[in-house]
Amino acid sequence: MSARHTISILLENEAGALSRVAGLFSARAYNNESLSVAPTEDPTVSRLTLVTSGSPEIIEQITKQLNKLIDVIRLVDLNEGRAIERELMLIKLRAAGGEQREEIKRLIDIFDGCVVDVTDSTYTVEVIGDGDKLDAFIEAVSTKRILEVVRSGVLGILRGTKSLRA
Amino acid sequence: MSATVASGLKRARWCLATVYLVTIDKLGKVNVSEKLRGAEIFCRALADEGVDIVFGYPGGAVLHIYDEVFKQDKFKHVLVRHEQGATHAADGYARATGKPGVVLVTSGPGATNCVTGLATAYMDSIPLVVFTGQVSTALIGNDAFQEVDCVGITRPCVKHNFLVERVEDLAVTIKKAFYIASSGRPGPVVVDIPKDVTANVTEYHYPESVEVRSYKPNTKGHPGQIKKALQLISNAVKPMIYTGGGVILDNASEQLTDFTRILGFPITNTLMGLGAYPGTDPQFIGMLGMHGTYEANMAMHHCDLLIAIGARFDDRVTGDLAQFCPEAKIIHIDIDPSSISKNVPVDVPIVGGVSHVLSEMNRLLREDDVKPVVRADNNWWQQIIEWQGLECLKYDTDSPLIKPQAVVESLYAVTHGDAFITSDVGQHQMWAAQYYKFDQPRRWINSGGLGTMGFGLPAAMGVQIAHPESTVACITGEASVVMCIQELSTCLQYGLPIKMISLNNRYMGMVRQWQEFFYNSRYSHSYMDALPDFVKLAESFGHVGMRIENPSDVDEALKEAFAMKDRLVFMDFVTDQSENVYPMIAAGKGQHEMHLASDVRELA
Repeated sequence: MSARHTISILLENEAGALSRVAGLFSARAYNNESLSVAPTEDPTVSRLTLVTSGSPEIIEQITKQLNKLIDVIRLVDLNEGRAIERELMLIKLRAAGGEQREEIKRLIDIFDGCVVDVTDSTYTVEVIGDGDKLDAFIEAVSTKRILEVVRSGVLGILRGTKSLRA
Repeated sequence: MSATVASGLKRARWCLATVYLVTIDKLGKVNVSEKLRGAEIFCRALADEGVDIVFGYPGGAVLHIYDEVFKQDKFKHVLVRHEQGATHAADGYARATGKPGVVLVTSGPGATNCVTGLATAYMDSIPLVVFTGQVSTALIGNDAFQEVDCVGITRPCVKHNFLVERVEDLAVTIKKAFYIASSGRPGPVVVDIPKDVTANVTEYHYPESVEVRSYKPNTKGHPGQIKKALQLISNAVKPMIYTGGGVILDNASEQLTDFTRILGFPITNTLMGLGAYPGTDPQFIGMLGMHGTYEANMAMHHCDLLIAIGARFDDRVTGDLAQFCPEAKIIHIDIDPSSISKNVPVDVPIVGGVSHVLSEMNRLLREDDVKPVVRADNNWWQQIIEWQGLECLKYDTDSPLIKPQAVVESLYAVTHGDAFITSDVGQHQMWAAQYYKFDQPRRWINSGGLGTMGFGLPAAMGVQIAHPESTVACITGEASVVMCIQELSTCLQYGLPIKMISLNNRYMGMVRQWQEFFYNSRYSHSYMDALPDFVKLAESFGHVGMRIENPSDVDEALKEAFAMKDRLVFMDFVTDQSENVYPMIAAGKGQHEMHLASDVRELA
């Protein structure tokens, strides 16, 4: 019954608008897996993407309650159409010794990642993809090597000509 | 053109305190606008909005504003004794008039004291605009004296809130606040105003209307959905109309009454919806829910079509959701899409303003020449009449003790059913709802959703100020009333002749009732020890106090009190301590599983 949904929201770019969304999720005990927000080409509008999960009834309530927030201009549940999702991860890995460094390099290539910073003993790697791909990368490098993980949270956009605009 | 300039400058000469800005735009039109301080803008904006009453309490952060309030005569300021009282009074004013209630308080504790009142109004969708002072913008975030994050604290219990960061935004923010509070599904809006914003100067212009791009409430119901609903209505065998506070908020009583009479269907109101349909009409079968009538709850359980109008399927109404209206198709008319299918799945949702949707439905019903159901030859009505025969609201009228129900019935008789009745929260609230028959909307004023003890007295102040010539009574209990008792001072200051009907059973009655039923009569901290002498208390505040101990004195005492047209009378009725509210649906039970006065002992 419970399914994962990505909801993309156009939000007034005003102080406190983000906390209205975050507050709604905690006040109504909705699940929130990730949330990312940044301004758009229009400086008065922010775009927020959040990943939640729940039964169809709960998801319906979530979209209705979000729409009720005065600062929410428009939203779309990306699961209702075809959509592209991407997440960016920066991950710092222990990489000492030639063989180890080579092995990590090969993995990075497989995942279409790139090394964005290097020291004698570490690689800092950038990987872009959907959540599953990033999870798979973390699994592949093994947790022993991981020094630090930073993920952007999911970003999403509808495929085709349809757009979410203010 | 020159004449306009001349008159503008002439006005400027006469008003030395004000700076006038004269500009000529591209089309050659001369605009004379005034430069005002934020505090002046505040007062002018309220006047231009048509505000006539502000409930408030001064303090450091709002002193500039209060100085301007002193100088103006466009609106009246009512000084309360606690900010909670201000919010409840404004709330009572709003419920009785339909206009947004307005509050002005200071920062810090002024703002936090408003939170209960805001939550009360939010739960019942009451339009309020609450202005809170804030420390100067330069100090925000510095833990300044009397600083709280007002926008943060109030966020979950308001429809929307604003922090005004620049004086240039003040007037338009005030306009937006009134617009948001009173449109769509109404609710409270907070405007937090830093002190420097009230001192800074800018041009004053109050917009006639305002657009909020992200807020477009839909008032018109979808015609296709309305047709579907009428189809269900024409096929119903056991129909039931269930209406809530939304009908009152949208001033749709007339349309609801038409709708119900065209169809001849039985109707029940929620606690918030009482008075939307005449309580003395034979089609009205009483309130429903936890303490609703037997006939209303049984009809809910057995109906095959439920027409829910401006109601939100609250847990106190539905009981156990799994057993709610098992046989019914459900039509739901509501302005708030998030109310639809929130608790109970609905077959035909109609999102729109209740008055608009009902007008449209009435027009179509009349077009189709629909005739009302005749009670005498309708099986469903005969079943309901049989349930009514149980007389579920009967109580012992021969008791040597004053029965609280009898006090409410006497009050109804003495006021000819024509008073504004506010209440606090608990048993007395339920008895008021059950035994006072409201024939008009906006007469029954209580905290339904939040259940705020202490609401009754300040709410009555707001009602009395809105309707100075009307009879206003507050049905309360000795536990609730002390929660905002300080407002008796306000009542004296403004000469508010409210009649306080206190049903004093020396217990927190509803808590005691639950403890009797579900906690094996362990009355944990529900006993009101060391009560004040309410007669002396009322007298010490400059009012009239009465103590009534015998059933035979109830009528006369009420008549005597209501004859004192210009005095607040505090009536302390010493009532039967053991009386309970019936019928009762225990928590987690279905609507058909009521307990009646006669079979109470089965409960425990």
